[in-house]
Amino acid sequence: MKKFMKLSAVSALSLVIGASAAFAENIKIAFIDPLSGPFASTGTNGLHQFEFAVDHMVNDKGGVLGGTNMEIVAFDNKISPKESLIQLQVAIDQGIRYIAQGNSSGVANAITEAVNKHNRRNPDNRVLFLNYAAVDPALTNDKCNFWHFRFDANADIKMDALTDVMVAIDDMKKVYIIGQDYSFGKAVAAAAVKNLSAKRNDVEIVGNELHPIGKVKDFTPYSRKIIASGADAVITGNWGTDMVGLGKSLIESGYDGPIYTYYAAGSGITAALGESAKGRIRLISQGDINPIGSDEARATYTAFKAKHPDGNIDQSRIFNVIGMLAKAIEGAGTADDVVAVAGQLEGMEYDSMWGGKLFMRPQDHQIIQNMNVGVHTNEGIEFDYDNSGFGVLTESTVEMASMDSPTTCEMKRP
Amino acid sequence: MELILVNIIDGLVTGLLLFMLSAGLTLIFSMMGVLNFAHASFYMLGAYFAYQISIALGFWMGLLIAPIIVGVLGAGVERYGLRRVHQYGHVPELIFTFGLALLIEELVQFIWGKNQMPFNIPEVLNYTAFSVAGNSIPAYKIFMIFISVGIFMGLLYVLTKTRVGMIIQAALSYPRTVESLGHNVPLIFMGVFGVGTALAGVAGVIAGPVLGTFPGMAFVLGSIVFVTIVIGGLGSLWGALVASLLIGWLTTFAKSYNLAMSDIFNAIGISTPENMDDNIFRDLWTVTSPQIADILPYILMVMILIFRPAGLLGKRES
Repeated sequence: MKKFMKLSAVSALSLVIGASAAFAENIKIAFIDPLSGPFASTGTNGLHQFEFAVDHMVNDKGGVLGGTNMEIVAFDNKISPKESLIQLQVAIDQGIRYIAQGNSSGVANAITEAVNKHNRRNPDNRVLFLNYAAVDPALTNDKCNFWHFRFDANADIKMDALTDVMVAIDDMKKVYIIGQDYSFGKAVAAAAVKNLSAKRNDVEIVGNELHPIGKVKDFTPYSRKIIASGADAVITGNWGTDMVGLGKSLIESGYDGPIYTYYAAGSGITAALGESAKGRIRLISQGDINPIGSDEARATYTAFKAKHPDGNIDQSRIFNVIGMLAKAIEGAGTADDVVAVAGQLEGMEYDSMWGGKLFMRPQDHQIIQNMNVGVHTNEGIEFDYDNSGFGVLTESTVEMASMDSPTTCEMKRP
Repeated sequence: MELILVNIIDGLVTGLLLFMLSAGLTLIFSMMGVLNFAHASFYMLGAYFAYQISIALGFWMGLLIAPIIVGVLGAGVERYGLRRVHQYGHVPELIFTFGLALLIEELVQFIWGKNQMPFNIPEVLNYTAFSVAGNSIPAYKIFMIFISVGIFMGLLYVLTKTRVGMIIQAALSYPRTVESLGHNVPLIFMGVFGVGTALAGVAGVIAGPVLGTFPGMAFVLGSIVFVTIVIGGLGSLWGALVASLLIGWLTTFAKSYNLAMSDIFNAIGISTPENMDDNIFRDLWTVTSPQIADILPYILMVMILIFRPAGLLGKRES
């Protein structure tokens, strides 16, 4: 037995060494997001989509630069900005040049600042920050820098598109805004107030409040307050368990209006909301899932389900990140010179398989794309979420949303 | 006005749920002096077991079987884990339960994954019992109230009226004497630990469908349970009940009314400073009651520890 153990240990070790030698030249992307704690599900699902996108879109098709593979290296930041900076340093020390992060704008703010500082001090091993989901507008405005690229619409763009759809409802008179107490929740609230008052001055905002993120056990008291305010519509930027908790408790407490959300899909949220939320929850997102954007997207989604039967493609923009990065690396002819890669990404136009054209705006590195408002339902759904039969059906689309929106970004280029 | 009634009911539900967790913990704590950090993890296990059973046998079998499994697991933990660690003192016990909590969380994630489970209210109870001014009170909440009250009554009866209860109470205060009288005190400890964790399991089963069944569910309830038993007084069942209800109502009311600190200050005669930007108390002036709702129990605990260290209904001095 002992001998067997020794033998297997040696062979395992040699496998590891062999494997690392074979992958030595991979282009590595550090994935820094929560893989433990209350938001672990959101982070893990994002990781699966990244890993799949890299294999399916790049490695299985012969890699980039004539045969170099891409690889995702996962780091758990426990959704803490402090922990993220430690993990960022570890990633940089391992020679990784691409950093992907998305959950929590608080974390993204810390990373973008650290990346900027690092690149200024270490011109020899600069890194790029690929932000796939952190939507605090400041990241592409006051806090913008050359190294940060955002592949998701920011909170202002989403709210602009969402309110375009909302104001078309004539009998909506009172709106309640509720969100998580951090930079993103505040950005959503500010954008909602600004857009609603500009587009429909007869709409009254009957409540605007923030609750602690990830700590609320029971949303019932909040729901009671919302119902008591007589709201016809609720806007929330909540995600993860905070979204399920709020949605379920609102519906159970007798609220009967629509709930407009940013992130009420996938990662178990759709299954947990289930039948009770049918036709009640709407969300703003990019990418056409139902109906699907293209045959290529259908094939991709089917292949993803074959590999991760319990998973969802609820962040199709992750595939855009990988597609655009691969295109930029090909264009630059190198993966090591991130300035050249960033130069390629700037102003890039990309045809997404999830429908529509993407444009990486050069002045602030904010992606511009079609925005969809969809509804949580089980009718007309080809690709459901969480194997629940329920999914998000696109109801209306705002094309190239906020293409000409202003930015305060003053980009300093190297 | 109607909202007050609704909040009283909501607070009662929250409080009673907290009671089911703290009842077991307070008995365990006072009997063995063990701060069982894993107590909320047994609550989580209850929810997950019930979810798994409910897929095959329905919710009601889950409610029946899951707490029993959790209780047996708890008794096993006491018999084969804590009892062995006990001889090395309190710190190893503390570390043991702390490690157990982490272990259970990882195990749950390993088996069920990190997503929230679609553990839903049973169809029979999925309707609105009655509504007050547009606020519906789900029948499930009424069911939760009845279950918790029933358990409280049952516990009270067993502890005060039966022979078993009397021995437990005696073992709480004078374990050596009870042992000399020929009772098997380690067995009592194991039983209390098992029943305590089973109660946490029941709480998990009935809370899972409303508060969500996800790997972080133990974490969000973990510390508040300790606060409850400290406020109520260690070892006191009535104390645990009073403290749970107090915390339930306190947090519910604080969250459902937007009471601003500036209003309170103005009411007691301090006027709002004109220039808020450079005022050092700016954060204090702008804070509202929902924002501080979750720390109110902790403030209450500090007050209790200062003015009545034995807790509201606690008798012991230490």
